[in-house]
Amino acid sequence: MRSIKVLVLSVVAALLTAGPALACGGLVAPNGSVNLVRTTTLAAYVEGVEHYITSFEFAGAGGGKFGSIVPLPDVPTDVTKAGRWTLQRLVEEVQPPTPEFARSAAFALESADVEVIMEKRVSALDIVVLKGGGDEVGAWAKDNGFFLPPDTPEVLDFYAERSPVFMAVRFNLARAEGKGLQTGDGIPVHVTIPTDRPWVPLRILALGRGPDEVVEADIFLLNETKPLLMPGLDPAGSRSGLVHERSEEASEALLTDLASDRNMDWLPTENMWLDYIRINTSSGELDHDLAISIDGETPSPIDAGYALAGTTLPGEASTPPWAWGVGLVALGLILAGSNRLVSDRR
Amino acid sequence: MNRAVWVGPLISALALGGCGLTAEAQESEVVVNINHSRFDPAAFEFETGTTVRFVIHNADPIDHEFLLGDEAAQRRHEEGAHAEHGDLPGEVSVPAGLTRSTTYTFTKPGKLIVGCHLPAHYAYGMRANVSVTP
Repeated sequence: MRSIKVLVLSVVAALLTAGPALACGGLVAPNGSVNLVRTTTLAAYVEGVEHYITSFEFAGAGGGKFGSIVPLPDVPTDVTKAGRWTLQRLVEEVQPPTPEFARSAAFALESADVEVIMEKRVSALDIVVLKGGGDEVGAWAKDNGFFLPPDTPEVLDFYAERSPVFMAVRFNLARAEGKGLQTGDGIPVHVTIPTDRPWVPLRILALGRGPDEVVEADIFLLNETKPLLMPGLDPAGSRSGLVHERSEEASEALLTDLASDRNMDWLPTENMWLDYIRINTSSGELDHDLAISIDGETPSPIDAGYALAGTTLPGEASTPPWAWGVGLVALGLILAGSNRLVSDRR
Repeated sequence: MNRAVWVGPLISALALGGCGLTAEAQESEVVVNINHSRFDPAAFEFETGTTVRFVIHNADPIDHEFLLGDEAAQRRHEEGAHAEHGDLPGEVSVPAGLTRSTTYTFTKPGKLIVGCHLPAHYAYGMRANVSVTP
């Protein structure tokens, strides 16, 4: 357990096109038509416990199953309903609030021989926490009727080697209808994950996309100390890349607001460091994750997906973070991702 | 990582009935692995007249196809609606985790392609080049 109390808070918001069906997190609906409206995810790390909050946006019935698989850094102890507006409040902190944006929610979609660790219902969502290798999780998803984009096997392996824990999330259409969910309505979920190594999965955002397609996402980090990050980020104001737009002490107003939301009383209300990373890069470039160090040590290239778990890493930190990617096989974890429209001729 | 294994060639003797002559038709067996939505090997070269039995193992947790043909054939498959392949030479569907085979005779020199045309797979790069030499 770390001596320094740390909170890592991340929000991922990915914007895709609108359409009849919705998917993200790597798996798409059987009808093949998949559109991610927006994905928002929050991972908070406090004293060895990661609080992972993400919102799954309902995209309408569309005649099929919808869901996501979210890779987790470790086995969770609980899955509950998250705060009502935590994610929106974070977004407002760094972007001029507009009614449309504030109403937007995030989404992550889901997806044999896997160990089912936990089953939960959160509002209209059916949630299963799985433990298994990439092939096993992929087979489980396939057996459950989900269409997987062709890059799914590689991406699942990427994450499973680092942490073979995934959260599969799917809307129950009957309950969604019963609750009167409309397209675009989001259901936030809070996952509590004790872990020594929090990280933010980014590669999953490129799942199902062509290498030249642009991935847009917003990542928010909130720590009790200023973190070190890998890979290196582009300076604020850059048009593209992983742009480090904010790195500052979080305002008390923000922390107080967040802590006052439902199930958010675990959040410290002072002495937190806020980072905002805006992602605007091609899918082909997003072949890594975001490693975070809060104890002053160089972030782990393994956590960033540049090296295999168990790899003996050469030397010291003068090596540019991106250099780890050359010649090394990535591995992984998943957070929230996005899929694109896939024409299904079947 | 799976590696492609080339087995053969297997020589089968075909007796030409009645004339007392024996011709040898060369048939090779080629093992093709599919992993992470890629064919391995990703390139083949055969001589005209060769008959090849492709044994395709799909190590992925998702379904794939092995469809051999020229550019026009690939376009047809990309736009087509066949959910299952297996009746025609050089064409077979390979379910997740399973092994299937198909046999094809290369009758003329040229360039062919092996492709998978499940949604988004071909665009993802799931193809292999086949060179047929004289």
